[in-house]
Amino acid sequence: MTGRLHPGLIAFAVAVYIFLMGPLVIVIGASLSDTTYLTFPPQGLTLRWFERIFEMSAFRRTMITSFQMATLSTLLALLIGIPAAYALNRFRIALPSWLSTLFVLPVLVPEIVLGFSLLRSVQVGAGVPVFWALLIGHTLIVLPYAVRVVSAALASFDFSIEEAAISLGSPPVKTFFTIVLPNVQAGVIAAFILAFITSINDVSVSLFLTGPGISTLPIQILAHVEQFFDPVVASVSVLLMVLTVAVMAVVERTLGLTFLAK
Amino acid sequence: MAEVRLTGVTKRFGRDVGIEDVTLTVPDGAFVVLLGPTGAGKTTTLRLISGLETPDAGEIAIGGHVVNDLTPAQRDVAMVFQQYSLYPHMTVRDNLAFPLRSPILKTPKDAIAARVREVAEVLHIAHKLDNKATALSGGEMQRVSIGRALVRQPQLFLMDEPLSSLDAKLRSDLRIELKRIQADLGATLLYVTHDQIEAMTMATHVGVLDRGRLVQFGPPKEIYENPASLYVAGRLGLPRINALPAGLFPGAPAGAKTIGLRPEHIAQGEGQPARVVRVEHLGDQTRLHLTLDGHDVITLTDVHTDLGPGDTVAVAPRNPLYFDARGARIT
Repeated sequence: MTGRLHPGLIAFAVAVYIFLMGPLVIVIGASLSDTTYLTFPPQGLTLRWFERIFEMSAFRRTMITSFQMATLSTLLALLIGIPAAYALNRFRIALPSWLSTLFVLPVLVPEIVLGFSLLRSVQVGAGVPVFWALLIGHTLIVLPYAVRVVSAALASFDFSIEEAAISLGSPPVKTFFTIVLPNVQAGVIAAFILAFITSINDVSVSLFLTGPGISTLPIQILAHVEQFFDPVVASVSVLLMVLTVAVMAVVERTLGLTFLAK
Repeated sequence: MAEVRLTGVTKRFGRDVGIEDVTLTVPDGAFVVLLGPTGAGKTTTLRLISGLETPDAGEIAIGGHVVNDLTPAQRDVAMVFQQYSLYPHMTVRDNLAFPLRSPILKTPKDAIAARVREVAEVLHIAHKLDNKATALSGGEMQRVSIGRALVRQPQLFLMDEPLSSLDAKLRSDLRIELKRIQADLGATLLYVTHDQIEAMTMATHVGVLDRGRLVQFGPPKEIYENPASLYVAGRLGLPRINALPAGLFPGAPAGAKTIGLRPEHIAQGEGQPARVVRVEHLGDQTRLHLTLDGHDVITLTDVHTDLGPGDTVAVAPRNPLYFDARGARIT
């Protein structure tokens, strides 16, 4: 390092880091506390609250549901979102400009409103079972991320490359998988991660759509906090973070290296 | 056999005209150069023939078969793009092999490898086969993009300024190479360029486009010596044809507004006095920049001329071309 940094700048940077890291440190600390109530700094260290999670079937069950929802809704959103993003970019000149805005709408509508209307129309109105209604809701809230992020990757893709392949005798579908997709791979992975995190952390939409027997982890945490004040909440949160990071690492590793590439 | 026939082909992009009512027959084995400024419809013509665009009206036939409803893959054409359009995630080898891995062709693996090597050697990129396509110089990328079209040995090549970003030496090498390849394969080639020398040396036919319309089509010699309009006359020849008011010299036919004088069609030592502005010694030729009654005139003169700026020289037209007020040729 050459030149001297202003001490104020260093202080500011440190403050930002503390602001970002603080909640994580507090949650992790509280989850290890050997007390029957949430406290920080932890008093004594124990892993007993982590064991407790697995003794409570509600946490086990909702954790599985949450991961199912996140995985399925993300895959569904990509299945819809990648072709949509492709069409929006490929035919940008021919299509009206408001069409791409359409895919952002679910983000603009307050999630509470979205959840409530889905409850009224899909679950109560159409009689769709809880699991599927929840899946529809989650797909709807993660779809904008899938479309926007894949769109951003496609926006910098030179479609003349695709045209070159097609003019050289490659069929359109093969061209899409061997020429277009490998070049927007990073965008697809980023969309997957964003959509997955959005789904697994969702409260507002899930709050309305969860029902008897089927709930997601954040809703279960909410329900638990309303009744108890023990460090289980903190340990569940830590577990959720660890699992999320693990999924991201796996996605990055597997999709990042071999995804659709031949 | 790959004769290409366009009949009344029109393509518009919204309100803009791509090409308008183009009728054109490219004989089998011809090397056709399309000339015209940016926006004249050269690239659109290639894209329509390749199948990347569909015409609004008219018929396109390759080898006697109407191809309007065929996909690009079914047309057996290969297009070379001006901006290379290489597959960035692949090596040079895979870029070249990709067209051969088409399910329609079913080329065996060792045949693909042999073909790729052969083409790479012709284009002097054999040593770069294992490079990523993005790790090449502009000239190398352009050669890979030409190679990608060559590997397939199609009936028809469509090339959009394929030599534009090469240096002079490589350009003249590849010019000869392309001409040889085309003659060997007996393939038909449509070629877009701005380069005069490419047009004159490679083409068997030149098509001149003006705002989407084909204004003249014929052998380069005919286009050069017998242009149908002032516009066509201005497209070939370097230095460009001198376009002067017809009344500047005696003997203009009735209705002539402009006299077109190729630099080599100006006799010196007789006629109107002109002042020398600048003398350019190019080695094999010497260009004389003159002003005649306030009009700039460029002509050629003796390589060892003694003329210098400020001198006066008398000039008179030889084999002039006359054009009317609308730019059409008067014969």
